[in-house]
Amino acid sequence: MTYIAGIFILAGVFFFLAATVGFLRFPDLYTRMHATGKGDTLGLLLCIVGLALYNGCINQSWNGLVQGVKIISIAIFWFIASPTATHALLRAAFESGVKPWTKDGVVVIDKGEDGKET
Amino acid sequence: MVRDVEDVIIKTIARIMVPIMQVYSLYVYVHGHISPGGGFQGGCIMAASFILLAVAFNLGEAKRRLKEKAIAVFCSLGVFIYAWTGVVPLFFGGNFLDYSKWSHILPGGEVMARYYGMAFIELGVQIAVMAVMVSIFLDLVTAGRHEEVLGKDDDGFYSR
Repeated sequence: MTYIAGIFILAGVFFFLAATVGFLRFPDLYTRMHATGKGDTLGLLLCIVGLALYNGCINQSWNGLVQGVKIISIAIFWFIASPTATHALLRAAFESGVKPWTKDGVVVIDKGEDGKET
Repeated sequence: MVRDVEDVIIKTIARIMVPIMQVYSLYVYVHGHISPGGGFQGGCIMAASFILLAVAFNLGEAKRRLKEKAIAVFCSLGVFIYAWTGVVPLFFGGNFLDYSKWSHILPGGEVMARYYGMAFIELGVQIAVMAVMVSIFLDLVTAGRHEEVLGKDDDGFYSR
């Protein structure tokens, strides 16, 4: 059981690593948030499930079960809140006119003065 | 400066998260004696729930839930509770904030009196911190006007 918990935590750390690499390597705000928003959410979920399993291994009692439920509830709230925060940030960036990056520098989506997407 | 953007996702999630945050802040306050937490942290989370309302909806929504008069009253009420928790032991021959002297008023002996004393203190801190945090947020985002700032004119900010 402890090994399963370790596998979960290692998988979570891998997703954190991938998210960080994406954050450092991607060219603009949208792609960076794409990497971190997804990678951090899944990485934290896997890490927390692993920690809950490990806690269940070493503390097999009613108190340990309550702690496990608390840990899982952190994951649930994070799963609700983190993508929403990413969405809010990107929406605010798009509303204030940050242009998405393209390979040849041509603006594909532009929010003009009249508020219409072209 | 303020754009009225109707965003269903943010509003729905804010509507879900605000009660959870408030219950969690009470949990942090109540559970503060055996785990990290206490009045200050609980008050900050409670204030964050109102700030989330103001950010996700608008300032009027937050002010409708927590009136400005209530903020002023809560600021003073928290300090009042804290101060009188400390002053009451003086009447029974103790020092300031000597919780054990609360056993003259409350049942349960000196040990429980210390427990009650800590709970009162933390309650005062929670209320005061919550009100002051929301008040500071209102002052900062509206440049002291307590109304939604829509833009800038020659004199400075103008509001609705």
